[in-house]
Amino acid sequence: MSIDAFIDSEVKSNDVVLFMKGTPQFPMCGFSGQVVQILDYLGVPYKGLNVLENDELRQGIKDYSNWPTIPQLYVKGEFVGGCDIVREMFQSGELQVLLTESGLPVNTPAGA
Amino acid sequence: MAMTAGEIEALIKAALPDARIEIRDLAGDGDHYSATVLSEAFRGKSRVQQHQLVYAALRDQVGGQLHALALQTGVPE
Repeated sequence: MSIDAFIDSEVKSNDVVLFMKGTPQFPMCGFSGQVVQILDYLGVPYKGLNVLENDELRQGIKDYSNWPTIPQLYVKGEFVGGCDIVREMFQSGELQVLLTESGLPVNTPAGA
Repeated sequence: MAMTAGEIEALIKAALPDARIEIRDLAGDGDHYSATVLSEAFRGKSRVQQHQLVYAALRDQVGGQLHALALQTGVPE
């Protein structure tokens, strides 16, 4: 399978996919770590793919998304953004809306 | 090879002449910057598309020569 086909099948067969440096348990980069923290806080299930384990994936995801940096978040096969966009969307509540509207379980903050 | 804030600003300006740009060197190492870019070119575009315009302006330097550029984009008020 080509790397393009592999990425395509990953983002289409998993609701939430995070292409990252390191793993959700051990992020190897602060930007990847921030997105992990946000997803963990929201309690949304996701699949982390470690680009450091695979050079072909590391370059392949940049080409696939036309996006030069890691991390990259996909929801329901759609590219949501990198660390800055995910953080901005989380802070404004848009990320929670996107996930909920995609039918994904999201922890609502206590008291909200 | 690092880039200066002036080089980053010049590349963005070349692609988005109306842009209002604010760049901060986060670590003082010429390698980690944050940039706020406001341009009419962003109107009606998604955040991903807005950032892609900036990345295109920087001609693939982001992720390579430029390790980290924290981006915030928007339309002028």
